[in-house]
Amino acid sequence: MKPLLSIEDLHVEFRGRRATARVLEGVSYDVRPGETVCVVGESGCGKTVSALSILGILPVPPARITQGRVRFQDLDLLDLDEEALQEVRGNRISMVFQEPMTSLNPVFTIGDQIREAIQVHKKISDEEARDRCVSLLHDVGIASPRDRLRDYPHQLSGGQRQRVMIAMALSCGPELLIADEPTTALDVTIQVQILKLFQEIQQQKGLSLLYITHDLGVVAQIADRIFVMYAGVITEQGSARAIFHEPRHPYTKGLLSSLPARARRGSPLYSVPGAVPDPAHKPEGCPFHPRCPIAENACRKTFPELCDWGDGHLSRCPVLFKKPDKDG
Amino acid sequence: MTMETPQPSPNNAVLEVQGLVKHFPVRRGFFQRPIGHIQAVDGVDLALAPGKTLGLVGESGCGKSTVGRLILKLLEPDAGRIAFRGEEISGYTQDEMKPLRREMQIIFQDPYGSLNPRMTVSQTIEEGLRITGMKHPQERKDRVLELLHMVGLAPSAADRYPHEFSGGQRQRVGLARALSVEPSLVICDEPISALDVSIQAQIINLLEGLQSRLGLSYLFISHDLNVVGYMSDTVAVMYLGHIMEVAPADALFDRALHPYTQALLSAVPVADPDERAEPATLGGDVPSAYEPPPGCKFQGRCPLVEDRCKEGKIEMVSVDADHQVRCWKVTGT
Repeated sequence: MKPLLSIEDLHVEFRGRRATARVLEGVSYDVRPGETVCVVGESGCGKTVSALSILGILPVPPARITQGRVRFQDLDLLDLDEEALQEVRGNRISMVFQEPMTSLNPVFTIGDQIREAIQVHKKISDEEARDRCVSLLHDVGIASPRDRLRDYPHQLSGGQRQRVMIAMALSCGPELLIADEPTTALDVTIQVQILKLFQEIQQQKGLSLLYITHDLGVVAQIADRIFVMYAGVITEQGSARAIFHEPRHPYTKGLLSSLPARARRGSPLYSVPGAVPDPAHKPEGCPFHPRCPIAENACRKTFPELCDWGDGHLSRCPVLFKKPDKDG
Repeated sequence: MTMETPQPSPNNAVLEVQGLVKHFPVRRGFFQRPIGHIQAVDGVDLALAPGKTLGLVGESGCGKSTVGRLILKLLEPDAGRIAFRGEEISGYTQDEMKPLRREMQIIFQDPYGSLNPRMTVSQTIEEGLRITGMKHPQERKDRVLELLHMVGLAPSAADRYPHEFSGGQRQRVGLARALSVEPSLVICDEPISALDVSIQAQIINLLEGLQSRLGLSYLFISHDLNVVGYMSDTVAVMYLGHIMEVAPADALFDRALHPYTQALLSAVPVADPDERAEPATLGGDVPSAYEPPPGCKFQGRCPLVEDRCKEGKIEMVSVDADHQVRCWKVTGT
């Protein structure tokens, strides 16, 4: 199937006074129509930066896209001018962020804010826009939506605010919804509600979901395909089953075996030694080699190629590819 | 473990809490008259055996952190008993608490916010040593290095400042500071929630290792059921200021009885794409602890709610020697 969105060999760097941080180093991923793709990684791995690049909302400077392409259907998003990009952003691609309180304006009612989002893109009357707001809020499971229009963000709970953000993101009927850690700030019982909402919306409207998170549990529950990111590089990609049941990269393996839920009480947890490298001082060769239990000499010098395990399952670990039984 | 159904509490418990209450007044208007109360902690009983871990789990706003602060008397309880190694401390003044402070330490969620940015790691750790009477500078210096080694930091860390460390390393510093006074009880308030997955496991292992080496007792406060289940011997589930269920960790995960515990467990996403069970979703949000209605605190979201849940106090019932539930439905009475 032809992808709806594809990021190809994206390089992004952030220039500081002292050093330049290469935050993305040749990241490629794609989302097909109707699919849920998860980009998973720890803080600082570049997952959010890749999403912001899609929408052209990276802070430039200090950020700079030095190489790569972002294709959305037939458009090359990085080549579009601001006006043309505005037609795509919020309209055909929209985004939901982690902290709904900081994404909503505290001095406007939520009705005003959703209406604005609609009227930026669609020439409709205030009356029509208001009706649309009500039906959107209804769609995202907000009780008595007509009364809620007059509420200010602080009057809503965290879960309700996130629902409002999702309503706003859906307001123009996008083809792609990007969600960046949308449930990280929420309690688990609320997180379940929001994840369920995402799935319902997706089934009803047939949109594609690009979901960015660090939470492997959430990923396992919703992803069709997964891209694992580490230090600005996609280290492994494949179907949800492949990644969780047959991980082919020592980093993925390490992450999965360090989950307390998978461990027996009393026996020590596996832990990936060391810490994520500073993006301004990344190691040479494979970015994971200082923490890798199976690193060889070559890993310290050469950047690892993507190895094809079949069925769209790829990993950037030639060592494991040569000796699949090696403990990593 | 309520007054009504007394449990044979472990007499040698490091920590025993009974009927702990903390209500925060909400004030309004020019005269700041109290117009109501946030019932943050509303009659909590806990017992922690030496060398063991008691997990306290709940969603945000359930009062779990307030319990930790009350036990350390960082907050003054409104009612209830706190016994530390059999010694009743709830009536103690801050002065009387002082000698006990070295026995009871706390580590926080945000290791950066809880370290003084202007003090080097060795100054931070030495402060505790000095207060507890270690006078000789060389002695203190040796002890700092020993502590750093214990928490897995290089000796060179001693002369660095908190901002030079990553989150996981800062948590190690916080732990070294807590351990400097050789406590027997450490209250861990969401100690790994701010850390990355690969770092969480390191800190969990460190906490476990130190426990078995030093015989520490932990009160482990967290919203993360998986982590609590892994770390704890006994788990207490808290909701709106009440303990809803207490059980050994395995029993709680295998046979959760309270509808809230069941909902909480089913809401935790399982890291396996083959187990995409339809979770039993709870409707609504965690309600505010401001002037809650009488009866069961969970009534507003409970799938089993009936009229009698809405009146009177719901008591803890024992289903096993060490398994108690605050729900009358469980025993079918």
